[in-house]
Amino acid sequence: MTARTTFAAVAPWAAAALVLLLAVVSLLLGAADVNVWALFTDAEAWQVVTVSRVPRTAALILSGAALAVAGLIMQHLARNRFVAPSTAGTVDAAGLGLLVATISFAGSSIMVKIVIAMLFALAGTALFIGVIQRIQFKDVIFVPLVGLVLGGVFAAIAEFIAYRFNLTQTLSIWMNGDFSGVIQGRYETLWLAGAVALIAYLFANRFTAAGMGREFATNIGVNYRAWMTTGLVIAAMVTAVVVVTVGAIPFLGLIVPNIVTLMLGDNLRRVLPTTALTGAALVLACDILGRTLIYPYEIAVGTIVGVIGSGVFLVLIMRRRNTYAAA
Amino acid sequence: MIAIDSVTKSYGDATVVDAVSLTLPDSGVTSIIGPNGAGKSTLLSIVSRILGADAGVVSVEGLDVFSAPSREVAKRLSILRQDQHLTARITVRELVEFGRFPHSHGRLTPECREAVASAIEYCDLAELADRPIHQLSGGQRQRAFVAMVLAQDTRYVLLDEPLNNLDMVHATGLMRLLRSLADDHGKSIVLVLHDINYASVYSDRIIAMRGGAVVQDGPPTEVITEAALEDVYGMEFRVHEVDGERIAAYYR
Repeated sequence: MTARTTFAAVAPWAAAALVLLLAVVSLLLGAADVNVWALFTDAEAWQVVTVSRVPRTAALILSGAALAVAGLIMQHLARNRFVAPSTAGTVDAAGLGLLVATISFAGSSIMVKIVIAMLFALAGTALFIGVIQRIQFKDVIFVPLVGLVLGGVFAAIAEFIAYRFNLTQTLSIWMNGDFSGVIQGRYETLWLAGAVALIAYLFANRFTAAGMGREFATNIGVNYRAWMTTGLVIAAMVTAVVVVTVGAIPFLGLIVPNIVTLMLGDNLRRVLPTTALTGAALVLACDILGRTLIYPYEIAVGTIVGVIGSGVFLVLIMRRRNTYAAA
Repeated sequence: MIAIDSVTKSYGDATVVDAVSLTLPDSGVTSIIGPNGAGKSTLLSIVSRILGADAGVVSVEGLDVFSAPSREVAKRLSILRQDQHLTARITVRELVEFGRFPHSHGRLTPECREAVASAIEYCDLAELADRPIHQLSGGQRQRAFVAMVLAQDTRYVLLDEPLNNLDMVHATGLMRLLRSLADDHGKSIVLVLHDINYASVYSDRIIAMRGGAVVQDGPPTEVITEAALEDVYGMEFRVHEVDGERIAAYYR
């Protein structure tokens, strides 16, 4: 057994342990003083934990894991490591969808909003795929740039509509993920994102095969078109659920899959659990940081992930220039 | 048997494959040769259902490759394309395991693991099994793909210009491997080749195409002749008998 395979066997357990540790910290941290002892003696402390802390921690884990999985599937299917929900227009399209849903179906249930945001996310991503399939010049950096431009167009349309309806502030809150409002009854839709990520795991082999190219997939009897579509639907759905429920978390779907696959390779069946757990750990850690930096106030997790994520992203690009620029 | 019946493929006005009818045998090595643009690779892509035909039917052991379930076709026929442009970082073993996909639906059975292990052994990849494929040399990678096809365990193995970018050491090594697959495992190897001398030395049958049509079809003794090759390529050839093999010279 080589060092590589040993590491691959240990990685998911290490990531799981980290998530567990951070989850405990997340449960005990907050403006109301809660310690383990109080849980058994103080009914109020118990209530704080079940109504606020547990939902918040679960929401962090679910959205972090699901977004990382969505990013992993997108970068693999697009065969470009810089393609993720935030660089392919998916997030901005979902935001536009949420805005349209809020305006034209005012007072509608959260599920209606999710479905509409998902349809927008799907259409936006499909447009991106359509554009990159038509361009000849497929530079690794150029492809996500097209996605960012497209995302900028969606964002501008959303901005314009929001301005007309006096919703610019609401829009900017949606586009920056924040878990401070998460309480029991206001995060449960995120389990849907978790379930979708789990389904992705069950079919991980198909996604790996589809990501190896149409000919590769066809040779072993995998329907390329069907699994490409399924993968994009999964990514759009996860993005829509997260954006509608807690807001966008930038860079997460980009940097987590990149770091994990850099160490563990691209066999999705093998890297997907570690990717999901690492995504959860990163969001937990960033949220804990956001809650402690200006305690007892909070910085939105989207801001913290944005700062850390853009730094990591730069490092990845610099690295890539040397080793993977041609890949 | 693979039956190709009046297969036609055009791009705009250009007919690349023009009503080709052929049967490919159940065993042995069959080479397809011909000048650039003769339609060899296109024909192979259609036979392996990677490319749709404008007209005509291809069946493998009675299964229509375009309408039968893709997985059923994948148990009978495998294709290795010339340009395996891979960006995925997976190991040789993981690649070879994908060959079992049509049989196992992605969950490896003990039988699958055995097939993977013996394919890796057979292609002399044991020491490279846990290396990522993008770190391998061209020859090693080509062997890894052959191992995958071997694990897929199909009767028909189609290869599109497998010798591209290989030096003579690796090219000869690969041709020996393919020959032994036909001889030891009873497989039918069908390959598109540009090097007519490899075709001559290793094939049981050579099919020559020109302008989308089959113009020669027979054993090397019939196709590797000066008259036949000049007809196919439109240039002069000298065919020599060297150590019992027919070798064509065409360099001047």
